[in-house]
Amino acid sequence: MANLTPWQQALLYANRANPYPFYAELRKTPVSRQPDGSYVVSTYQEIVSILHDPRVSSDLSKRPKAAEVAVETSAYDREPSMITSDPPAHDRVRRSAMRHFGPPHSPDLVSNQETEIQRIVTGLLDKLKGKTRIDVVDEFAYPLPVSVICAILGVPRADEPRFHGWIQAFMNGLDLGPEAATEEQQRLRKLGDQGKQDLKNYMVALLERYAKQPGPGMLSAMVNDGAEEPLSRGELLSNAMLLLFAGHETTVNLIAHSVLTLLRHGDALEKLRRRPELIVPGVEEFLRFESSVQFWPTRTALEDIEIAGTTIQKGAQVIPVYGSGNRDPDRFTNPDEIDLEREHNKHLGYSSGIHLCFGGPLARLEAQIAVGEVVRRVRNPRLVVDPPPYRHNQIFRGPRHVMVDIDGVRD
Amino acid sequence: MNISTKEKVADLVATFKSTGRIVIVGASLAGLRAAEALRKEGFTGKLTIIGDEPDEPYDRPPLSKQVLKGWVPADHTKLPRVREVDAEWLLGEAATGLDRVNKQVRLAGGYQVPFDRLLIATGTRARCWPNPTEVALEGVYTIRTSNDAARLQQALAAKPGRVLVIGAGFVGSEVASVCRELGLPVTVAERASAPLVGALGGVIGSIAAEMQRDHGVDLRTGIGVKSLVGDNKGHVRRARLSDDSVVECDVVLTSLGSIRNTEWLEGSGLAAGFWGVGCDAGCRAFDINGVVTESIFVAGDIARFPHVLYEYQFLTLEHWDNAVLGAEVAAHNMVSLEADRWPHLPLPAFWSGQFGVNIKSVGVCPFGREIVFTQGSVKERRFAAAYGHRGRIVAAVTFNHGKWLEYYAAQIEHSAPFPPPPAGYDRPREMKPRPAEFPDPHVPTSLPTVILTGHDPTERGAEFRARLH
Repeated sequence: MANLTPWQQALLYANRANPYPFYAELRKTPVSRQPDGSYVVSTYQEIVSILHDPRVSSDLSKRPKAAEVAVETSAYDREPSMITSDPPAHDRVRRSAMRHFGPPHSPDLVSNQETEIQRIVTGLLDKLKGKTRIDVVDEFAYPLPVSVICAILGVPRADEPRFHGWIQAFMNGLDLGPEAATEEQQRLRKLGDQGKQDLKNYMVALLERYAKQPGPGMLSAMVNDGAEEPLSRGELLSNAMLLLFAGHETTVNLIAHSVLTLLRHGDALEKLRRRPELIVPGVEEFLRFESSVQFWPTRTALEDIEIAGTTIQKGAQVIPVYGSGNRDPDRFTNPDEIDLEREHNKHLGYSSGIHLCFGGPLARLEAQIAVGEVVRRVRNPRLVVDPPPYRHNQIFRGPRHVMVDIDGVRD
Repeated sequence: MNISTKEKVADLVATFKSTGRIVIVGASLAGLRAAEALRKEGFTGKLTIIGDEPDEPYDRPPLSKQVLKGWVPADHTKLPRVREVDAEWLLGEAATGLDRVNKQVRLAGGYQVPFDRLLIATGTRARCWPNPTEVALEGVYTIRTSNDAARLQQALAAKPGRVLVIGAGFVGSEVASVCRELGLPVTVAERASAPLVGALGGVIGSIAAEMQRDHGVDLRTGIGVKSLVGDNKGHVRRARLSDDSVVECDVVLTSLGSIRNTEWLEGSGLAAGFWGVGCDAGCRAFDINGVVTESIFVAGDIARFPHVLYEYQFLTLEHWDNAVLGAEVAAHNMVSLEADRWPHLPLPAFWSGQFGVNIKSVGVCPFGREIVFTQGSVKERRFAAAYGHRGRIVAAVTFNHGKWLEYYAAQIEHSAPFPPPPAGYDRPREMKPRPAEFPDPHVPTSLPTVILTGHDPTERGAEFRARLH
């Protein structure tokens, strides 16, 4: 693997636990053209600029064919979901979905989850009583978001083992780096394609069931929405898959990374114990420090765009690297340090602009309660393996396990 | 500077921070945020806050929206406190004079408050209906204070027959919108050609006019109100308009823009007048000769400062974030040495909610001669438009398209070319620049909340306005 660009190196599995030195290298050229013709944007200001530029499209169908093959990243192909569409379609779909999730039509949905999240977190931590070694990912960070999103969407919790497997296969099959061509990765990719297909079939059946017999949750509400701007079947499907996927994968990583980060920064952990209210700005800092979505690959320049001394060519893929922008020293003082009280922490962990994370308020609430309770209740946690093993996926970067030795769990 | 001088200066700063006396005149958003910022800057000396309203600092934007709708009681918009200010509060006490020689603020009761540093944050008040007999009629309201809002809310909740709104600036338009939401018949009389023209120009104004009419507002433009007529109990019942038509109404809201509270500074020798108090971009007040003062600072609606982006013309900005940011800069500069002073050069920004549309803007729209629609659909009332001046972009406005505003803000900050390059999708039908249609600034209409007030710090150009009436 000689002569790789810093971006390609950042994508290698071996560097998953710590891509940051490569990001620092990347930022020396804020917008850098890659051998495949894509442009990687790694500095904060330039990322913000790209995210707000109406000459940058998220709709893959607007990208010239040749480039499209190299980056088929969306599980929601055919009919694009809101994350891979542009206005006006994007605005219509997002508005339509938001009617059942947030203000102005559903202002209390997220805040009403608080009791249920607290109950789940309490239950999960109670189960760890008596143990001396735990896996923060499997025993805590994963079960919470998946329960919450199932309840909100109206996806039967009992089906979780099935869709979990499909989603994991899809995640493992996706590789955007130099290792994509290996025999092993090709095999995983096939499994991933199958996982995607299985998830799609499952979701179609679920949506049709709700069309016949309305049930609880957002999906049923969206299927049976008598609003002025109903979604097509294809739009319903792609967005339902997006919500299920994004609704928990990213939050798992956020919670796991937050705990990992605190265990690596004993002073921050101590401070949070003394001042629990700092969990609110703290979660923002964790989002900045280890972004659940490291970059996003579906953007395309529709015109030549001059930025930071580079001209991004019309038709080229543009990749904003949130994980790098969030460590940009020109924007964040001491970016590689944790500061629970960081001021003006306008991080890019949820992206920015019209594609700003749809479920952000929910993820925030889950992480605040979950991590806050770990800090309060878990006695003397120590990392067993550092760095922990990471999952394969480069975009949704997160630890596979976080093994921790503990002295017990308080009530 | 040798070491010992440096030490001496550092010593002086430290001494001032611990024993100095700072007085803030104005106990609203700018005054409160300045007080908090001073404490954050490490100022532990004596802090006095003087305000003519009896209430603790409260937030005004909800008054014309959530409060009138009855969602929030008028006395429930207290501003959240960012940190402990540990100040002496002199509330319900109007400042009546400033003695710069002896460094004292005079209060209505004759009491004098001495200061080492002074912050002027007295803001604005609502311009009153000019006829005192008519103002005295029951049912005639204005809206600026929490008390105003409480009274108007009660009047609206009582289901009056018809509401007349005089002046279709942002406040007037927001109130008209609330009236429609409450199901009340409402007539809006505006002297200009359309609502919001002072702030956004005639092109956008005509869209705002359509919005009003679509929501059932009886909008009369190019029309003034000649007189308000009461019944024998002294309650307003009708208004006579400049076209001699008569509107039957039980509630009248006069929203005629604002007047800067500078009267108390008369004779102080500061560059204070109709347009506000002239100051440099570091919030330091000018005297009437244009000489900068060292100990008097200005923030909020009343501050009139030169802005690099707008050819160094002096601006006043009656905007929420201008009050907050200006207060922070003023506070910082009050306790900092020259080399460490900050500039207050905000990109002006404001928002409004009316008729189901979220209106947002950045930059100084009236500085633009031309306007071009850049994104979205005017018909669907979700769009972005940019304002241009001599080939560069100087402002932008969005209707239900606020997430794009940051793009335009960056373009404005860089003085990027106008018109901006076309969007890649969701383009408006018409993308040709055209005149933005701002009225002649000397035509009396409700004043915009962003005002370009010329180049001279002591300019009192506005006094010409009186002759027009």
